[in-house]
Amino acid sequence: MPFRLKQRNVLPGFNLAMGYTLLYMCLIVLIPLSAAFIKTAGLSWADFWSIVTAPRVLASYRLTFGASLIAALINTSAGLFIAWVLVRYSFPGKRLIDALVDLPFALPTAVAGIALTALYAGNGWIGSYLALLGIKVAFTPLGIVVALIFISMPFVIRTVQPVLEDLEPEVEEAAACLGATRWQTFRRIILPAIRPALLTGFTLAFARSIGEYGSVIFIAGNLPMVSEITPLLIVTKLEQYDYRGATAIAVVMLVISFLLLLLINLLQRWSHQRYTT
Amino acid sequence: MAFTRFLTASQTAPIRRTTTESPAIRRLFIGMALLFLTLFLFFPLAAVFYEALRKGLGVYFAAIVDPDALAAIRLTLLCAAIAVPLNMVFGVAAAWAIAKFEFVGKSVLITLIDLPFAVSPVIAGLIYVLMFGAQGWLGPWLVAHDIKIIFAVPGIVLATVFVTFPFIARELIPLMQEQGVEEEEAALVMGASGWQTFWRITLPNIKWGLLYGVVLCTARAMGEFGAVSVVSGHIRGLTNTLPLQVEILYNEYNFAAAFAVASLLTLLAVVMLAIKSVIEWQTRKARLAALAIRGEPE
Repeated sequence: MPFRLKQRNVLPGFNLAMGYTLLYMCLIVLIPLSAAFIKTAGLSWADFWSIVTAPRVLASYRLTFGASLIAALINTSAGLFIAWVLVRYSFPGKRLIDALVDLPFALPTAVAGIALTALYAGNGWIGSYLALLGIKVAFTPLGIVVALIFISMPFVIRTVQPVLEDLEPEVEEAAACLGATRWQTFRRIILPAIRPALLTGFTLAFARSIGEYGSVIFIAGNLPMVSEITPLLIVTKLEQYDYRGATAIAVVMLVISFLLLLLINLLQRWSHQRYTT
Repeated sequence: MAFTRFLTASQTAPIRRTTTESPAIRRLFIGMALLFLTLFLFFPLAAVFYEALRKGLGVYFAAIVDPDALAAIRLTLLCAAIAVPLNMVFGVAAAWAIAKFEFVGKSVLITLIDLPFAVSPVIAGLIYVLMFGAQGWLGPWLVAHDIKIIFAVPGIVLATVFVTFPFIARELIPLMQEQGVEEEEAALVMGASGWQTFWRITLPNIKWGLLYGVVLCTARAMGEFGAVSVVSGHIRGLTNTLPLQVEILYNEYNFAAAFAVASLLTLLAVVMLAIKSVIEWQTRKARLAALAIRGEPE
């Protein structure tokens, strides 16, 4: 068969649909994104390197990636737990709770930010109790973790839930018949089956967290070197008309985001293969 | 009588225990999951309304009918009204090309469509500043022709379009891939034109998925903060969307008003979740009905 870009098909409209898709994508996404790379290409390598490795910038990477990692790990364990409870058990109000799990996707991040700050501030519902224990959440790096837990909560739940629903009970019954305890069944049978979904959810949550801005800036306190996340640093530089600095840091973030997107795609392909075979 | 009861109990009990946990552990797990959700999900939701109404209904409504707040509501609705239809047309076109045809580079295209999800909202705003800002590529030309994009409404619309770009396409692509091409082919063989096939066959088939995507896209379009904040310039009554209005009021320590405006956005989010649940319920019903017609077990 001769090589061709598109296989024969009787349906019409490929050229129109494809042409429009590519044109619109170039105008809205690709050309503007390339602007960031082209702007940075105007910098010498030494300038670029000194901007993106300045102490204040390095501190912001540490904070952003550290807080995102902690939030994603907490959400992975809690998400597995919540997905398990929602799939396996029945209790009053389950459907309502299931619907509300998506709230962090629907709620504007600025609203989430001020609501969490009100709760976790020293005089808030939760913050006042934590203050008794000597724990400060709002206006510290811990507050950033709380905000990131909120905004990335649904990812693991929503990736694991369908896989748990489709698990066949026969396998678990067989394991029990062969004398496995419930914990052994979970570790040896269920966990391997949901591992790709769990990893996908973790990566999605992590990728979402490193770019988050709206909810974090209200609760973080935003002290340079202490509680200043990388997206905020980009905004700060922009407000000082330091376009080159802002763009150089943005390019570092973009490259990391692209790598994570690639990883998510590979993970999803892996989980799809496992799932279908 | 006692013997049969003993028999059934001994027959059912071990089978039940193999596929679930003991009632005590079940209750403990449910309790722990609910505790986590309460602390991180339900409390923030309740806090918005509590803080909004703390100073009384008078303050609440005064904050909402404030001219700046009303202007922000209008701008937010305008942005969504432009961004959602644009991304809807794109989503349908992209899904048609990707789901109904085989071509080289399809997986690359799907990944590219996902790109805006991976980009920080702040960077989404920044790239438009680099394009259209006074220092940007098109900046001098725009200034010469007296067109304002950055720190004006067009920039806010563009940033909103960018961050909501993938939502509808992502919902439609897997749905249309699953549906295949047989129905469209049948319509064409029977003499329908391409557009007739699309309007009469494809569109009714994807209507729930499309609505679902529109709901997600609208929620995000109205709630976007980071990207819009970078390109808006925060001019009161002119370039402030609802989320930006929340920020301004909050930074002025006008907490009751900030939470009052925030409660509008929260209500909107809850309505979107409700619509989403209804759509999910509808599609599940439709799928079960389709399975029943084909005579396949679920």
